[in-house]
Amino acid sequence: MSEAGQGAALAPAKDERVKEISGLRRALIRPELGAIVGTIAVFVFFIAFAADSGMFNAQGILNWSTVSAQFMIIAVGACMLMIAGEFDLSVGSMIGFAGMSIALISVTLQWPVWIAILLTFVLCVAVGALNGVIVVRTGLPSFIVTLAFLFILRGFTIFFPQLIERQTIIGGISDAAEGDWLAPVFGGKILGFVFDWLAEMEMIAVFERGTRAGEPIVDGIPMLIVWALALVAVAHVILTRTQFGNWVFAAGGDAQAARYVGVPVNRVKILMFMFTAFCACVFATCQVMEFGSAGADRGLLKEFEAIIAVVIGGALLTGGYGSVIGAALGALIFGVVQQGLFFAGVESSLFRVFLGVILLFAVILNTYIRRIITGER
Amino acid sequence: MSGFDHDPIVEMRGIEKHFGPVIALNGVSFDIRPGECHCLLGDNGAGKSTFIKTMSGVHKPTRGEILFEGRPMSFDSPRDAMEAGIATVYQDLAMIPLMSVTRNFWMGREPIRRVGPFKFMDFKTANAVTMEEMRKMGINLRSPDQAVGTLSGGERQTVAIARAVHFGAKVLILDEPTSALGVRQTANVLATIDKVRKTGIGIVFITHNVRHALAVGDRFTVLNRGRTLGTAQRGQITPEELQDLMAGGQEMVELEGSLGGTV
Repeated sequence: MSEAGQGAALAPAKDERVKEISGLRRALIRPELGAIVGTIAVFVFFIAFAADSGMFNAQGILNWSTVSAQFMIIAVGACMLMIAGEFDLSVGSMIGFAGMSIALISVTLQWPVWIAILLTFVLCVAVGALNGVIVVRTGLPSFIVTLAFLFILRGFTIFFPQLIERQTIIGGISDAAEGDWLAPVFGGKILGFVFDWLAEMEMIAVFERGTRAGEPIVDGIPMLIVWALALVAVAHVILTRTQFGNWVFAAGGDAQAARYVGVPVNRVKILMFMFTAFCACVFATCQVMEFGSAGADRGLLKEFEAIIAVVIGGALLTGGYGSVIGAALGALIFGVVQQGLFFAGVESSLFRVFLGVILLFAVILNTYIRRIITGER
Repeated sequence: MSGFDHDPIVEMRGIEKHFGPVIALNGVSFDIRPGECHCLLGDNGAGKSTFIKTMSGVHKPTRGEILFEGRPMSFDSPRDAMEAGIATVYQDLAMIPLMSVTRNFWMGREPIRRVGPFKFMDFKTANAVTMEEMRKMGINLRSPDQAVGTLSGGERQTVAIARAVHFGAKVLILDEPTSALGVRQTANVLATIDKVRKTGIGIVFITHNVRHALAVGDRFTVLNRGRTLGTAQRGQITPEELQDLMAGGQEMVELEGSLGGTV
């Protein structure tokens, strides 16, 4: 072993049985790879087939960016949780529940909207924590525990508005949010002046008639997109660059091994359930502020869409491996394809066929990648 | 040999552990001195695992006392034992295959770099130290980002041992580190044990393979049905005697006869 000292300048000793891995194989090991290739493919496809449909003018871009951002917000939470080794199937119900909570508190109880938003966040994060505590205390699969909450939360979301207002859609939130300080953080738009300037420079279209004649068609970036990008950035940095991120990987990779070296696995998992609930609540709040109403059927099937985006992003369903950037790209693929099919005039039900097919491909690719990493044959 | 003029780092006296009606340990005494390799032998179900879990803070003994550097000690969690300097390398749970060598090495004790109010993991230091520690143990990594899954079983054990040594373990408990390994890899792990022992760390080597134990052991303690059958020093006991003690004597002699003495 002493040759290591003097041989430092020379090439390190090689084991003849370890094959040099090619650059391609090395790139394959990155969890995001599939999602990067998918994103490029999707854009090439739609630029080729739907370029003249208005999909890539300012309004079109805003359209699919908004849809992608929605997917992104819930995918970030689902991604962190999946890497920590757990699922949350109650995300969709949580979205409906959170929206209805804001509506009931602000419209029915007539409380200020900011109180409604804050209370709802507290409530949702608490439900997330409850999910987490039940999972780590009982050792039951999170699949079952959160499936229970899928029904419990959806049931309450339908029950309360019917009991109180005798309807399942509650409107009037836009009026209630007028002048509120917190509502624009979720429902507002930023950088409006940039778009005014772009319109002046005639780089984007303006309304030609009506009350808004002369104003740019796109008048700012919705806070929804800002939230999505911020959550992706923060989650990515935490996951890849911090001690806590290492604990998330460890908790999902092998909880027992992590416990033995002192990683607080239970705390990590519970925090990730809370974060997922937080993301669902951000989604719901943005949606409620945009629509001005809450409906008992909001968020249906969102949990699965989030999980699919995460899996396309390269995360393993078994935990311990994945990437927030990958999940965000998975969400982008979703948004672009869903809206792109609309722009290209394709029957929208085919979107579900696409989802199923791409999910299957992603899982097969991920299994193959895991074999490379772990050296299984 | 080394260590006999030193006081024990850890001394366990009359340890008993009951799980409900089951008596897993029924009076086990054991000690470990700096710079020695103390082998703990026993057949499956002899209580080896329960005993080391008591030593590493996973279980609390029902009766008996644990002295750490001469003072009575009671560990509430594996974390407590680790802080005191008792590190355990478990057979299958040493490493997480999907994570990189660096991430595994620092798991639970990540180095922190502050940037303003934010705390990041210091990957530059972490990678450099990991590479250096692995080189000391005789393993040249392709890169510190390499997933542990790409390492062989022996290399994984070595990473876990290097990790424990780096974090200042005074006692290193190795739970059957060689039981799943091939001949060559076993030799590597035994060589690592010898290297670590020479730095003054006390090693508790759990095994049911007499040959592996005799290759590196300074002292040998045999567990059978939850009791210690005695401790022998190197040179005072033959492989056959050890084997007999482990298996409980009589039937083994008959079995060995029928197998031509090859076990």
